[in-house]
Amino acid sequence: MSYMKEFTKGLVKENPTLVSLLGMCPTLAITTMAFNAIGMGIAATFVLVCSNVVISLLKNIIPKSVRLPCYIVVIAGFVTLIQLLLQAYVPPVYDALGIYLPLITVNCIILGRAEMFASKNNVATSALDGLGMGVGFTLALFTIGSIREILGSGTWFSGTDLMITICPEFMEPMTLFVLPAGGFFVLGCVIALVNKIAHRKPPEATGCAACPNRGSCISVETESAASNTEEKIEKKEGDN
Amino acid sequence: MELAKSMMIILLTGILTDNFVLSKFLGICPFLGVSKTTSGSLGMGCAVTAVMVIATAVTWPLYYFFLVPMNLTYLNTILFIMIIAVLVQLIEMVLKKYIPSLYKSLGVYLPLITTNCAVLGVTLLNLDNGYNFLESIVCALGGGLGFLIAMLIFSGVRGRLEKCSVPKAFSGMPITLVAASIVSLSFVGFGGLVDGLFGVA
Repeated sequence: MSYMKEFTKGLVKENPTLVSLLGMCPTLAITTMAFNAIGMGIAATFVLVCSNVVISLLKNIIPKSVRLPCYIVVIAGFVTLIQLLLQAYVPPVYDALGIYLPLITVNCIILGRAEMFASKNNVATSALDGLGMGVGFTLALFTIGSIREILGSGTWFSGTDLMITICPEFMEPMTLFVLPAGGFFVLGCVIALVNKIAHRKPPEATGCAACPNRGSCISVETESAASNTEEKIEKKEGDN
Repeated sequence: MELAKSMMIILLTGILTDNFVLSKFLGICPFLGVSKTTSGSLGMGCAVTAVMVIATAVTWPLYYFFLVPMNLTYLNTILFIMIIAVLVQLIEMVLKKYIPSLYKSLGVYLPLITTNCAVLGVTLLNLDNGYNFLESIVCALGGGLGFLIAMLIFSGVRGRLEKCSVPKAFSGMPITLVAASIVSLSFVGFGGLVDGLFGVA
């Protein structure tokens, strides 16, 4: 039963994109088409499951102080693997994802799960956690990709045999949604919708709860806030 | 003259038309995370620009003089991310020892940069575009400056946003993303600028 839970929590309750707000770069960049979104989702899921398994196996061997570089190297290895596999067997997906495929390496969902989950749990639960998070990521990408493709290009699943033309000929699709601006807008609206449905208190503006860099990020925030107040105080004193 | 012109094209493209954050979506995490205050944006932007230029200066020769002759080009992702991680650590140590004043203002931002996709992104993009060494450096500089400008503009927007009352479901991240969408839309206006200035088709 608890195994099932590890899998399902990533789908909705702790969805990495829409709830934890991680991995924004690929979410925004490749969701211009539903098909690309699925390709990216599957590639990321593969890397997530494999790296979670390996890191969970190595959790007692990797020294604490150098764990982040170790995790990144493991992840980069699997990214290279999926890159070569896609290039060999599914070249259209490889071309469509372009530079964002190697950039899975620095996707904070994967590093975040390694740090938060795989380094503390056994192999089976880590694999399920990775699978759940990966499927959740894919679902979120697919939703956003579908919205953007239908509104922006008037088609669905273009680039495959399943292509459906949704927008009638005489109507001009709203190109805005395929532009980068549309990506930000649709993601913002989808997250707001999820907030509304869940009746949840909106999360803090920076949703980096699972980000391994969170510690330093918070120190940046407090530091700059502190220096701001210092500046203000100095300015006040100067005015006086 | 030809050289200066092509460098200007790459630089302005990186800053305005192909802005790393607003049109390539690289470095979104720090863009949304650290842009709450102007001083934070300035520090982060400067640190990212510096690391991008240095990382390009190191990875470009390594790729063409080491990986290509050895037929190991498929290892570029692993090698580059390791180089960036080491480089960031090294810069931090050097700054701490020799220029403590600079370390004090930029030091906190450095650990965040390892997993910034803009840095890995620019090194890989330079290879994709087949730039030579000088062009790669200029591209990294343009990308970094574009990141800095986007951060600064957005920190101003967010300052205003804090004072607004937004619908409950939209408060926090959603409204920030919608604001980013409008900022990004304004950069679309630079569309034909570089082509028009330098008369390239």
